[in-house]
Amino acid sequence: MNDPIGNEMYSLHVNGQDRAVMDAWVGESLLYVLRERLGLPGAKGACEQGECGSCTVLMDGDAVCSCLVMAATAVGSEIVTVEGLVEQNPTMAVTAHAITSQVTDVQQAFITEGGVQCGFCTPGLIVAVHHLLDKNPDPTELEVKESISGNICRCTGYGRIFAAVEAVVQVRKANS
Amino acid sequence: MSATKQDVRSRDTLGASALRPDGVAKVTGAFSFSSDMWAENMLWGATLRSPHPYARIISIDTTPALLISGVSAVLTAQDVPGKATYGLISADQPVFASEYVRYMGEPVAIVAADHPETCRRALEAIIVNYEVLTPVVDPELAMLSSTELIHPDGNLIRHQHIVHGDPNAASDITVEGNYTIGMQDQAFLGLEAAMAFPDSGGNGVELHIATQWLHEDRGQIAACLALPEENVRLVLGGVGGAFGAREDISLQVHCCLLALRTGKPIKMQYSREESFFGHVHRHPAKIWMKHHATKDGKIVKIESRMVFDGGAYTSTSPAVLINGITHTQGPYQCDNAIVDGYAVRTNNPPCGAMRGFGVVQACFAHESQMDLLAAACGLSPVDVRLKNAMRTGDKLITGQTVESVAPVERCIRETDAIPMPEPMSQKANVLEFPGGSGRTADRHNIIRGVGWGVSIKNLMYSEGFDDYATARCTLSDGVASLKFATSEVGQGFVTLAPQIARSVLGIDEVVLETSDTQIGSAGSTSASRQTWMSGGAVDGACRLVRERLFEHVGKLHNIDPIRLMVENTDIIDTVGTFRISVSDATQGITISETFEHHHRKTEDLDENGQGNCHVAFAFVAHRAVVDVDVELGLVKVVQIATAQDVGRVLNPLSAIGQLEGGIAQGLGLAVMEEIIMDNGRVKNPSFTDYLLPTALDAPRVVAIMIEEPEPQAPLGAKGIGEPPCISVTPAIVAAIRSATGKALLRVPVRPQDICL
Ligand code: FES
Ligand code: FES
Repeated sequence: MNDPIGNEMYSLHVNGQDRAVMDAWVGESLLYVLRERLGLPGAKGACEQGECGSCTVLMDGDAVCSCLVMAATAVGSEIVTVEGLVEQNPTMAVTAHAITSQVTDVQQAFITEGGVQCGFCTPGLIVAVHHLLDKNPDPTELEVKESISGNICRCTGYGRIFAAVEAVVQVRKANS
Repeated sequence: MSATKQDVRSRDTLGASALRPDGVAKVTGAFSFSSDMWAENMLWGATLRSPHPYARIISIDTTPALLISGVSAVLTAQDVPGKATYGLISADQPVFASEYVRYMGEPVAIVAADHPETCRRALEAIIVNYEVLTPVVDPELAMLSSTELIHPDGNLIRHQHIVHGDPNAASDITVEGNYTIGMQDQAFLGLEAAMAFPDSGGNGVELHIATQWLHEDRGQIAACLALPEENVRLVLGGVGGAFGAREDISLQVHCCLLALRTGKPIKMQYSREESFFGHVHRHPAKIWMKHHATKDGKIVKIESRMVFDGGAYTSTSPAVLINGITHTQGPYQCDNAIVDGYAVRTNNPPCGAMRGFGVVQACFAHESQMDLLAAACGLSPVDVRLKNAMRTGDKLITGQTVESVAPVERCIRETDAIPMPEPMSQKANVLEFPGGSGRTADRHNIIRGVGWGVSIKNLMYSEGFDDYATARCTLSDGVASLKFATSEVGQGFVTLAPQIARSVLGIDEVVLETSDTQIGSAGSTSASRQTWMSGGAVDGACRLVRERLFEHVGKLHNIDPIRLMVENTDIIDTVGTFRISVSDATQGITISETFEHHHRKTEDLDENGQGNCHVAFAFVAHRAVVDVDVELGLVKVVQIATAQDVGRVLNPLSAIGQLEGGIAQGLGLAVMEEIIMDNGRVKNPSFTDYLLPTALDAPRVVAIMIEEPEPQAPLGAKGIGEPPCISVTPAIVAAIRSATGKALLRVPVRPQDICL
């Protein structure tokens, strides 16, 4: 596409691969570049202000709002999006009773516990919950609530999302 | 788009917690929301909006925008080839403001360009000269004949009077109040987004859109584009929640206009700020209500006056108003009533559909009144409600008999029996205090309160509208494929439809075809209607297919088809030993049937507000327990106990999700959510300033689903989407009243309402 306003060229490391970004405008957020330039629309934009968590990705192991990160400043960072979680968590890939695709345990629990309705908040929440449980495998109810309180879900009222997190914690405990 | 294949689970029939067929795609990021679309050579579209709530447009100069490199088109009102206006009930809303802008954020022009940033620069370059006018923002003022008309159709959108029984009926006790309901936003997460592909030659367009009602959109779009409807094809884009906000046109016409003008695919998506201006909101309302009752608390008569602020354009205001006033009595018996309702045009943002649709406003008033009545007669909140509880066969103040199953008493009693939460523990973390992560509440100032709310909600459309839904079922080689235009907005119809097919047809594998306008209308995903309406259509289509399958099998095996039935996955002879699996029976054949489900007819209201205007009703009770820091005015909702009349649970996992989600939205209206207006200007169009319930605000929900199958409903199930968000709001406010002793006549309750 002829893009007169942008001529930045850089490379991002996303989901284990080097991805070239060409002719970008310097003001583009990481969220925009992932979605519109790299074909990774998993992270969603719902506020572009750091308030809703829909755009959560992992950057060097930290959960960040990709809407608040300038893409050009993410050069050199290890970025993982919801699309890359199965590969990043190979030991957790499961084939559920009802689910024949490869998904992580967190992804599976969101489906089986009813944590998904419209699903717009889901990718961000999935990344946030993976991040939480990696850091804190046995969180209290309050720790769960606090850690996902930056992820707005308008559909579920959060009840089934708590149930999904709880289910993952129990399964992981039983397996360890 | 290709058909989505269903995962096969063992017998995920009606009643099972079948899982969402789109679940895997949604958790892995593979699901395509309308904002996720991308096309080779696409351009971005963007909208220039009025900064003023009311102004005359003197001139618009688009040339500076057109000179910017990368800009392909700039369009204004003069570029609309067809009808200049649109609207769900009355086409009074312009595609672009031309002479006047009537609310802050009204579209004035659109651009197409190669990058969102180029769009932004182009919008900035358009020069609009306004003569700024004084906005009319008070509906009471707007109604006065001395006030200037801000629209050629006038300032009064609708007035309806109800008089029922004996308007002079006398009583021992009266209680009255003036209630205010603030403007709530649907705040779906998935912002307005669409992609339009022009047909080569420019005689048609295909729009991928997140909407609640494809066919209604199509009719309005085609009229504005001056194209025959068949040249406008709509495909449902992935929808990130709706809650009423996608019932009206937002960017649909704009996106198509740009595609047709540029000959290129156009992607449009609103920012969050723009979204606050781009869709209608819940009507702010002022309600005066007076209850007349006997000494022992039996309602004798209700008087009320309701004023709904419709904002600048009609949207669904006339229907919202009727819902409000016809639910004045709540789920209680009432023989006499005088009610007047007004929906009024102002220079505030247009208001329309939001989950609960007028009943939310009425319910806050009637439930506040029930507590006043309880106090006046020395009854408990529970007893006053039980004493007046509506039953099947009772009459509404419209004269309509409630034929629906009406387990109001059961809803109340079963809610009451739910155990209360433990008192706040001495060791409670500050995060559990009112105010949460603000960590400001003082344990010693925290008082617990309990409150009640009970509601009645009409299901489906009213006032004579011929409401229907269409579905097609095609059965072949043991696989059923279903086609409907029903909007899946998150509610789970894509889960339910295959459950119905499995139950009726005895197959396990069900494929869902794309939802688009290549089949008849399904009506809107609103008014708690899709399980009943589209569910009824899928059920009907599957039954027709089954009938033909029985004929086919009967002929082949020489059995009277009347003797055949489906048992699990087999067809059996009820009086013989014959048995064949449905899968085997359908090898090599294809049976396809389409069914339209209509609900029973309703009537208009007459000038006295009498008439059978609604189809059916659902009921629910909520009990709220709150902790309040009375010094700081902070509230934490601890527990919501609820028993809801659902008819029949078709999918327990989906059902609980509807209840919990609705409760969170009702909680939002009770204590945090409000679009703050200042003389026609929206002060908080962002998620930073418009507060939504987070995980830390979520109360513990203890829910009971009351299953008394509804004979009128095709599957015995009532709509369950709206009731959860209606009476929870007054229940929470009543709980805050009980903790604070304050009157609290408006929602949302703000800290200053409690502590000042
Ligand atoms: S889009 Fe990034 S936090 Fe909302
Ligand atoms: S499922 Fe819709 S926002 Fe969370």
